[in-house]
Amino acid sequence: MHELSTHAANHAPPQSFLRKYVFSVDHKVIGKQYYGLGLLAVLIGMVLSWLMRIHLVWPNFAIPGLQWLSSAGAPGGVITPEYYLQLMTMHGTLMVFFVLTNVPFAGFGNYFLPIQIGAEDMAFPRFNMMSFWVTFVGFCVLVAAFFVGDGPPLSGWTAYAPLSAIPGSGPGQATGQTLWAISIATFCIGQLLGSLNFITTTLDLRTKGMTLMRMPLCTWAWFITSCIGLLAFAVLLPACILLILDRVAGTSFFVPSNLVVSDQLVNLSGGSPLLWQHLFWFFGHPEVYIAILPAAGIVSHILVNSYRRPLLSHKAIIYCMMAIGFLSYMVWGHHMFLSGMNPFSALVFSFPTLVITIPATILVLIWIGSLYGANLQINSASLFALGFISMFVSGGVSGFFLAQPSIDVYLHGTYFVVGHFHMVMGVAAIFGMFAGTYFWAPKMFGRMMNETWGKIHFWGTFVGTYCIFMPFHYLGMIGNVRRYSAFVDDYLQVPQPVSLLGLHFSVSPIEVHEFISIAALFTGAVQLIFVYNLIYSRFKGTPAPENPWQGTSLEWATSSPPPWDNFGGRLPVVYHDPYQYGIEGASGDFVMQNSSEHIQTVREDKKVI
Amino acid sequence: MPHGLFMATTLQAPPTVKLPGPGSLRRVILRDSDAPSTGIWIALAAITMTFAAFTSAMLVRQGSANDWRHFSFPIILYFNTAVLFASSLTLQIGRRRFSRFDTERHGEARPTITALYGTLALGCTFVFAQYAAWQQLRSEGLYLSSAPSSSFFYVFTALHALHVIGGVLGLVYVIRKLHRGVLRTNTFAAASQYWHFMGLLWLYLLVLLRTRI
Repeated sequence: MHELSTHAANHAPPQSFLRKYVFSVDHKVIGKQYYGLGLLAVLIGMVLSWLMRIHLVWPNFAIPGLQWLSSAGAPGGVITPEYYLQLMTMHGTLMVFFVLTNVPFAGFGNYFLPIQIGAEDMAFPRFNMMSFWVTFVGFCVLVAAFFVGDGPPLSGWTAYAPLSAIPGSGPGQATGQTLWAISIATFCIGQLLGSLNFITTTLDLRTKGMTLMRMPLCTWAWFITSCIGLLAFAVLLPACILLILDRVAGTSFFVPSNLVVSDQLVNLSGGSPLLWQHLFWFFGHPEVYIAILPAAGIVSHILVNSYRRPLLSHKAIIYCMMAIGFLSYMVWGHHMFLSGMNPFSALVFSFPTLVITIPATILVLIWIGSLYGANLQINSASLFALGFISMFVSGGVSGFFLAQPSIDVYLHGTYFVVGHFHMVMGVAAIFGMFAGTYFWAPKMFGRMMNETWGKIHFWGTFVGTYCIFMPFHYLGMIGNVRRYSAFVDDYLQVPQPVSLLGLHFSVSPIEVHEFISIAALFTGAVQLIFVYNLIYSRFKGTPAPENPWQGTSLEWATSSPPPWDNFGGRLPVVYHDPYQYGIEGASGDFVMQNSSEHIQTVREDKKVI
Repeated sequence: MPHGLFMATTLQAPPTVKLPGPGSLRRVILRDSDAPSTGIWIALAAITMTFAAFTSAMLVRQGSANDWRHFSFPIILYFNTAVLFASSLTLQIGRRRFSRFDTERHGEARPTITALYGTLALGCTFVFAQYAAWQQLRSEGLYLSSAPSSSFFYVFTALHALHVIGGVLGLVYVIRKLHRGVLRTNTFAAASQYWHFMGLLWLYLLVLLRTRI
């Protein structure tokens, strides 16, 4: 192994407890902090989804203790319709911002991006620390909404104006909504600082020999995602500033004229509710890719390792991710087909929405096609990576339907959409996170995770998620509206004929809901296995070797966990493309990027399956 | 070693890359970090995007109702523009002095610092003069919530002033480093780039507000 001695590290080794674990500038500690924050947020978000599912099918069930959280929202533990919406808002906001953005992108990205490009730290370590703590403040402000006034806002994670702009429009719409807007604005600042760091680090701090095309696919995904995030959060921030001004300073950017709320004429006028939707979704759609691209990158990185062969094309994956990132800015209007936007612009947004499925399909074909001739290693990480493909395809296919304005008119307000985005964006990204955790926990914590528990966790989660989200599509197609807090004495009680796998039977939609709720409780409980496995392995797991998965990229070229300056003061030199698995003539099954071994490399264009 | 079909075909394909020595080293990346200059470009891209979003919001809001109110443009803003441009000028003088100081090795840091103090003073003057412009609007009864036009006027000018204050803090950082003799050329270049960009952004805002309000 040839190594190059370099100049002094970016910063001195931390001494005090506070500088080492709390206000640390070390990207690895910051990555773990993001991961921990995401874990906390996902647990809260999951419990909220449980509460919602329980209320949906057993509306009079008293949840013990909930009255202490909100005596008005859940008198005697029974959730009111308004409180259901408040829980829904918090579930969406926590999951989208503090889980799907935080863990696959900010968490793993912070930890592994500098290591994978052979750097000692991020380009601006202090900004990096600020980025986390700003995000943490945003999280605290958001969660504080549970405990002040009449609870969190009820306007959904999209906070549509004018509902979100009028303090008197419902429970939680006064203090709660203001806290929400401040929290999200703060979150934007944190993400902008993070993106700035990611981009600069990738461009400037690559080690000797690490060309752009030699970066691993997850590094590419984080890089592209940070480019998307830089522009997307730079638009959500102004939107939140304008919303805050509407709420506290008496301006009228989003409140239309002659608006009557609670039988009272609102004294603001002239604003445009559509303006909020445009600004929000201009951020909101790229946000979908901010959640999914890092997961796609992580999954590519893990799959190629468990296939023990290179993917069909390294470059095609990179170009497809770039294409997805670029197109993600042209499709935001497909969230607004029913908003009263000009119907002709619906057509304009429909076309790129269909086009964006092409690079996404190419990604899937490469992942699946590369299985040919692979020597697949089945472990928890690769199972979750394969599960990601399954979720991504199942959720993506329903996207084809929603991309057509004429079909979306029917489906938009139904559970079909809930099933679609939970699978393609939510669960798929979560599968990417699980895959990343099983794969990288040995590096991050220095101990292996338990494989048996990991596999049980996978099968429970995989089956459970299908049981939850597939029936949603069915409910949507029979016209079951979303966002309603409970369905009693209505059409959902009437049995409907169903044909499934050759079986003919009749079932009422509310029974389908009951099935979903039970599946949600079960799947949530399965996650406790993961939490147990993570905590137990952290302290009692088998100590991890330097390279437990026989990987090729630079994170496996240092100890587990890496020293504070990643490579012990001597940066590695890179001689090879990232995924040299199963190369003929090499001394082993794989050749690491920093190995000086001379191998016969096959050029991309000569590669044949 | 796994032997799939892929492996079989690679056996037949002749090696296309032959390299002497250990592995292949395609390109050497200089370890002298360009991070400040790259970082500042990226930060400016994000700031541009933010102001673009505000601009589009303003155009949409203006078209959404008939309540847009035109008001007389505070004359002091032209004076402020001149102040901001003068500050860029003194900054440029500072940079020229710095490059001489940097190359000569034995030069004095003092002339550079003097020029930077000039920039600092002009920058602060700009912020205070913007405040004077707001005072003038308030005396005419135009507050943040009076009309959509005045709302956007305050939002644009306040956010720009906030960014200028950020630039002032950056200059203070540069001056401190210069005092200690540990200023890196890249850091100074990045700070100046940011400062000049604030001038350009102000020019854009001036034209935008002058034509729309």
